[in-house]
Amino acid sequence: MNWLAALGARTLAVFKGWGHGALFFLGLLRVLPQALKRFGLIAVQIHAIGNRSLVIILASGLAVGFVLALQMYYALVTYGAAESLGLVVNLSLVRELGPVVTALLFAGRAGTSLTAEIGLMKAGEQIAAMELMAIDPRARVLAPRFLGGVVAMPILAILFSAVGILGAWVVAVGLIGIDAGNFWSIQQSKVDIWRDVGNGIVKSAVFGVICTFVALYQGYETEATPEGVAYATTRTVVMSSLAVLGMDFILTALMFSTP
Amino acid sequence: MGKKGIETLVGLFVLLGLAGFSFVALKAANLASFGSTDTYTLTARFDNIGGLKVRAPVRSAGVAVGRVTSIGLDGKTFQGVVTLEVDRIYQFPKDSSAKILTSGLLGDQYLGLEPGGDDKNLAAGDTIKQTQSAVVLENLIGQFLFSKAADAGSGASDPAGGKK
Amino acid sequence: MKADTLIEIDHVTFGYDSSRTILNDVDLRFPRGKVTAILGGSGCGKTTLMRLIGGVHAATKGRVVFDGEVVDVRNQAQIYRLRRRLGMLFQFGALFTDLSVFDNVAFPLREMTDLPEVLIRDIVLMKLNAVGLRGAAALKISEVSGGMARRIALARAIALDPELIMYDEPFAGLDLISMGVAAKLIRTLNDITGATSLVVSHDVPECMAISDYIVLMANGGRIVAKGTPKELMDSMDPEVRQFVRGEPDGPVKFHYPAPSVADDFGLPALAEGRS
Repeated sequence: MNWLAALGARTLAVFKGWGHGALFFLGLLRVLPQALKRFGLIAVQIHAIGNRSLVIILASGLAVGFVLALQMYYALVTYGAAESLGLVVNLSLVRELGPVVTALLFAGRAGTSLTAEIGLMKAGEQIAAMELMAIDPRARVLAPRFLGGVVAMPILAILFSAVGILGAWVVAVGLIGIDAGNFWSIQQSKVDIWRDVGNGIVKSAVFGVICTFVALYQGYETEATPEGVAYATTRTVVMSSLAVLGMDFILTALMFSTP
Repeated sequence: MGKKGIETLVGLFVLLGLAGFSFVALKAANLASFGSTDTYTLTARFDNIGGLKVRAPVRSAGVAVGRVTSIGLDGKTFQGVVTLEVDRIYQFPKDSSAKILTSGLLGDQYLGLEPGGDDKNLAAGDTIKQTQSAVVLENLIGQFLFSKAADAGSGASDPAGGKK
Repeated sequence: MKADTLIEIDHVTFGYDSSRTILNDVDLRFPRGKVTAILGGSGCGKTTLMRLIGGVHAATKGRVVFDGEVVDVRNQAQIYRLRRRLGMLFQFGALFTDLSVFDNVAFPLREMTDLPEVLIRDIVLMKLNAVGLRGAAALKISEVSGGMARRIALARAIALDPELIMYDEPFAGLDLISMGVAAKLIRTLNDITGATSLVVSHDVPECMAISDYIVLMANGGRIVAKGTPKELMDSMDPEVRQFVRGEPDGPVKFHYPAPSVADDFGLPALAEGRS
């Protein structure tokens, strides 16, 4: 019956992990007001997380816009609905792909760098040094990074969508030859600023919280060895991605179920 | 340490985000026509509102002049009560009629306003008296089948009829 | 009226988990204003002792008293208040790699005080001067050597003029010159500032040279001996002698516990030969 006991132990360990994570999150929230006063620290983090991710986000957004336009065209033209290409790409990006793909890219680029940074700080005893100097490392190190991520993510997501729509415009109007006027006017009449764009922004804010928190937690709780840090960065990407996709399903169901 | 430099870059980043958002909002969404211009409220009652949704446009001669703001059911008369907001620049006569129309063959439904001939105009809070309910597909098919059956019946009772 | 003892370790027992006891009924007094060295092999609990003093962990049994106050780990406010009176030098410096040398030393001043930048600059340069690195203020952490890093960390540790300075293996991995520098700094700082210094190390010659008082610990968290350097050098206790002289075999065995040679190498003749 050893495997039963092992299963039980694993399950308890998982719950313990979630509990620990939840407490960590609450602890982080509690020091946020204190951290908000140090705007300089937050600005540095927004730069490290947001500005440094611009290239990959913009490049991916453009590529996704191109590809979506091409693929959707082949599907729509069979129903004579090629004119709606702009609308289809717009809604796909603004409602779903913008927030989700940005979050996945964020987890890979910014998330892993945060995890590694915090993990190495912990390994080099910098966190312990701060604690022994009577400075709360959560307020000084973690909270600014958390706020930086939460601010950067919606900006990156909306830029992804914007660049994607432009990419689609290039393909649709430039390559395929769809009427430019129709391309924009159909979007303007059917895409709702609150329901579609607004909900997309809310999603990306939620994903920002998730991805940044997971990255910081994994870095903070990692074992202070090279293997530990490597393992932690992998876990950051996997857990962030799964959480984002799961949360996306829940949010989509909540936001877009009623027409 | 370049602190000023970093803060400038962050400022640019946020500005870029706002630019992206404005682009999407204005060029690719309905913010341009959103406008919080001055509007006045009108009510209209229908036997059947069909597929009319909140935020559906109100059009007159095909031009968007307002939006549907809420839809409810009158508990006493069991009629659908539609509240709409119309731009203040457009004034309609008191005997104007409201119809629920479909854009295109199978598109979204909107509220069409047809002007009447009264000297006085509808004021804020007024109710549009003349309304035409939405066309319900099932009823239409039913009518069609009924009239077809009626034709067949009358045709049969006149076999030597003077059908040219 | 200040008591003679700054830190009191009162019959403290501690283990990270229930299976291993790192410290076993340890009873120590650290005199104010003196340099006390805690010597011992790796794993004897020296670093753990420092962590208990810093209020990082709570003792399982017994109590830690800091200047007359019992250290209560759950009392966050008290812990932070006590930590402001101590400075710690970590084994490899634990400098903040994203800041410059100047910013590292300025860190405690900027975080804990409201002093204007002009004053902070003067204090930082004075501290760096005390460790001989005033000229290195503008360097990045990635540009400094190991020995320099430790000196910068020392400057940072004394930035707020603490009453207690704890050194975790300050001599480990240093060349002879740097060791001499470090030893000189520890002693001079202690005398000039009137602080109490706690040096955790396994470097016998240096510690003997600079300490007023030595505590020798062994595996399992036992105190083997305590006294002045001369007392320990003259001691006849085999454990003390082995450690102080650096003999490879003695009470601390050379061989890790293992089955007999005969069993491991499969030599039945030898096994039978034993009576």
